[in-house]
Amino acid sequence: MPLIEISGLSITLVTPRGNVHAVRSLDLEIRRGTIHGLIGESGCGKTITGMALLGLLPQGFRLAAKSFRFDGLELCDLAVSLRGRRIAMISQDPAAALNPVLSVGRQMDDVLRSHGGLPRHQRRAQALELLAATGLPDPLRVMQSFPHQLSGGMQQRVVIAQALATGAEFLIADEPTTALDVTVGAQVLALLQRLVTERGLTVLMITHDMDVVASCCDTASVLYAGHTVETGPVKDLLARPHHPYTQALLAALPDAAPKGQRLTTIEGQIPPPLEEITGCAFAPRCPKAMTVCRTESPLHHTTSSRSWSCHLEQTNV
Amino acid sequence: MHLIRYFLRRSLLSVFVVLGVTFLVFVIAQVVPSDPAALYAGPRPTAELIEAARQTLHLDAPLHERFVGFVTAMATGDFGISYKSRRLIADDLAIYLPATLELAVFSTLIALVIGIPTGVLAAARRGGWLDRASSLTSIAAVAMPTFFLAMLLQFVFAKWLGVLPLSGRMSQEFSVLDPLPTITGFNLVDAILAGRPAALFDALAHLVLPALTLAAYPAGIAMRLVRAAMIEILERRHITGARALGLSEPRILFGHALPNAVGPALTVIGLSFAYALTGAVLVEIIFSWPGLGRYVSEAILSKDFPVIAASALVVTICYVAMNLLIDLAQALVDPRVALT
Amino acid sequence: MKAFALRLGWAGTLSLGIIIAYVALAALAPLLAPYPAQGIGAPNIVDKFASPSAQYWLGTDHLGRDVLSRVIYGARVSLTTGILVVAISLLIGLPVGLVAGYFGGWIDEILMRTTDIFLALPALLLAVLLASALGAGMWNCILAVAVSWWPWYARLARAEVLVLRGQPYVEAARVMGVSNATIIARHILPTASKPLGVQAALDVGPALLTASALSFLGLGILPPTADWGQMVNAGRAFFPERWWYSTGPGFAIFLLAIAFSVLGDALRDRDGGPRHAAH
Repeated sequence: MPLIEISGLSITLVTPRGNVHAVRSLDLEIRRGTIHGLIGESGCGKTITGMALLGLLPQGFRLAAKSFRFDGLELCDLAVSLRGRRIAMISQDPAAALNPVLSVGRQMDDVLRSHGGLPRHQRRAQALELLAATGLPDPLRVMQSFPHQLSGGMQQRVVIAQALATGAEFLIADEPTTALDVTVGAQVLALLQRLVTERGLTVLMITHDMDVVASCCDTASVLYAGHTVETGPVKDLLARPHHPYTQALLAALPDAAPKGQRLTTIEGQIPPPLEEITGCAFAPRCPKAMTVCRTESPLHHTTSSRSWSCHLEQTNV
Repeated sequence: MHLIRYFLRRSLLSVFVVLGVTFLVFVIAQVVPSDPAALYAGPRPTAELIEAARQTLHLDAPLHERFVGFVTAMATGDFGISYKSRRLIADDLAIYLPATLELAVFSTLIALVIGIPTGVLAAARRGGWLDRASSLTSIAAVAMPTFFLAMLLQFVFAKWLGVLPLSGRMSQEFSVLDPLPTITGFNLVDAILAGRPAALFDALAHLVLPALTLAAYPAGIAMRLVRAAMIEILERRHITGARALGLSEPRILFGHALPNAVGPALTVIGLSFAYALTGAVLVEIIFSWPGLGRYVSEAILSKDFPVIAASALVVTICYVAMNLLIDLAQALVDPRVALT
Repeated sequence: MKAFALRLGWAGTLSLGIIIAYVALAALAPLLAPYPAQGIGAPNIVDKFASPSAQYWLGTDHLGRDVLSRVIYGARVSLTTGILVVAISLLIGLPVGLVAGYFGGWIDEILMRTTDIFLALPALLLAVLLASALGAGMWNCILAVAVSWWPWYARLARAEVLVLRGQPYVEAARVMGVSNATIIARHILPTASKPLGVQAALDVGPALLTASALSFLGLGILPPTADWGQMVNAGRAFFPERWWYSTGPGFAIFLLAIAFSVLGDALRDRDGGPRHAAH
């Protein structure tokens, strides 16, 4: 049984001016002990999906799904009790994710105190151990520091240590490297990979960066305007994308263009979230769009490891 | 290092400000009134008496010399003598200042204890009953004239319910019959030092109403400031982060969010203290509280300018010192402040 | 009118209504007061300390004068004082802040350090000090409060100017050689006046409270002119047995101060004035 099973998830904000569709139809399946990438442009519903998994949807958002399960448990009923116990989050900007006026030690201790009532000195030992496990060179000094005294990479390691301190088996990493230098970001990704193998964690890697997906994810799904358009093992997916949007994304990467040529871009914009969509959401921008794409919902294709939604049978073989 | 430099810069600025205030007070007390000598000379001044007064007060000296004389006298604690009582003002201040400080400190505590938790909880449950009730209360508290609130409280608690004394600082029992030894001048502290719980209780009972009167306005402001700050803080990423880590809501509110609101909380302390120091002029008359406020208001009626000037200076110095402490506390709590 | 009311919200609109009612009472006092003569001080000893009744809605004072009539006449003094204090403070503070913020450098340093000195004295204390030096009376009272009040506007105006001075259109005007006075009058004053106006509306309440405190201390308006603070103080000697004497004027101040503060909040929510309360 996969750890995460989501199908037909929609998340809607009901406003006086109409319904804002943050997520329209999202399918997601993550096996234990793997890193799954969730790829998409900003505004496609990646982050709000993470919030939904944590049970932290802002007020006014409505959630509906055919299934929304964590370890076989229906999350709609349970999210609050799993948050911080079995599911934890590593957020985008570590500087904003840490409380500026509390020491790292105090923030670690608060988490440990909320999960299992260890006595004080044992909590301290555990905090030091966790900070060391994230590769921080001098955990004792870090414990006494305030966030602004640490570098971005160190801050992100502290955030990861906090997530580990909850004892969660599933981590949601929302763009964990965007705020960091490239080399530091790579180190953080390597750390996450190590934690997955050493501790048997499962990670959902939310990102817009194909390089991140290529370097650390086992499987990935591509999101477009709140729809999962394509899913599969990373190597296969990147080598042989089936969906025109995935193809376009890969073609838009700087190193995909032959030297000296213009970079390809995707014409047009993603549909505004207030708009209802008929047919395929990508159709207006799709170079291979057909008449049927604008009227009928795309067909769902499945192979042993891959799945994608498109009217075209096999687009790129 | 930063902190030390920051503190030195602030202190220097404070010294400058106190000097400026001294000048302002000097102008108001010695230059604006038409004839200080006539006032000094007493109720039925003769020409000779006025001339003698003119000599003692050095009124004929040039203005800058008079100011230097004024500053040196004030700096050495020589506040002159009262026109009216002919007592040394320094002696009077030593008696009255502790009474006012006791009131100011106590009312500041009340304002914080009421205002901060209410503001936090109102922000946490925005639009809830507590939020609405506290915003109504804070509007009323800020718009209520201090002197009128004092009278209403007297009416309800002293006359109608009869649970608290109407006025004064101590019952006769402890002030005349078996007086508390004066150690610090703060009755609460003296009663504890002397080990007399009955006196402590009596002093507290007398303190409650005037302190509550002075606490109303700053408590109302505290509710607003803390609420506004908390609403902003609760939307920050690290609070969502703390929630995602499974911390309990009270711990998030008071352990994680509130420490970020130390700035507004410290502002409230300063504001509350200043309000209590000056509001004392009104409240002390109504509650017959033997403090600086009543001393000043009596001096006002008899145009006793040396007393008014000295008291104003002492109050300002307390106020400036308090602000200096708050700035320093601000920098200690949030080291980023000192860097700017 | 309706759109305006909607934008103020019901509380703001109600407050505006209350303030207009006060202004009407003050303006039409001779017509609206049940006993206009007593309102301006004529004694009526036969009805000394009458409790509230159909004849005297709010009772009578120690000279038998109708408290309601005196409260109505008191509105004249209170509104005038509150508004004039704010107006005079603006008149001093605005130019100081504009000049300091616009020219910067040593001018800024001198003006703002002077402002700091005034701010270092708690406002009520400075007002009391000045009022006692100047002597009682309405004008002295207004002047005393205004002197303790203007530094806030100087600071506020300066902060606004500092933001505006850096705006591209202001810099463009300066590059084109437009005179400083024109730039201030055309580009800076109109934009800066909105938040300052909101703050001023907010401040009429506190200004009125401070002025009434001075009156309460005997430093403001002297009898027989009716003034709320002075009436509360006079009634204190007979409180709470003759509770109506102080209660009428006390609530009159309270209600008006609330109205100004709620209206100020409503304006601030609508126009986005300065975020922090200055006092």
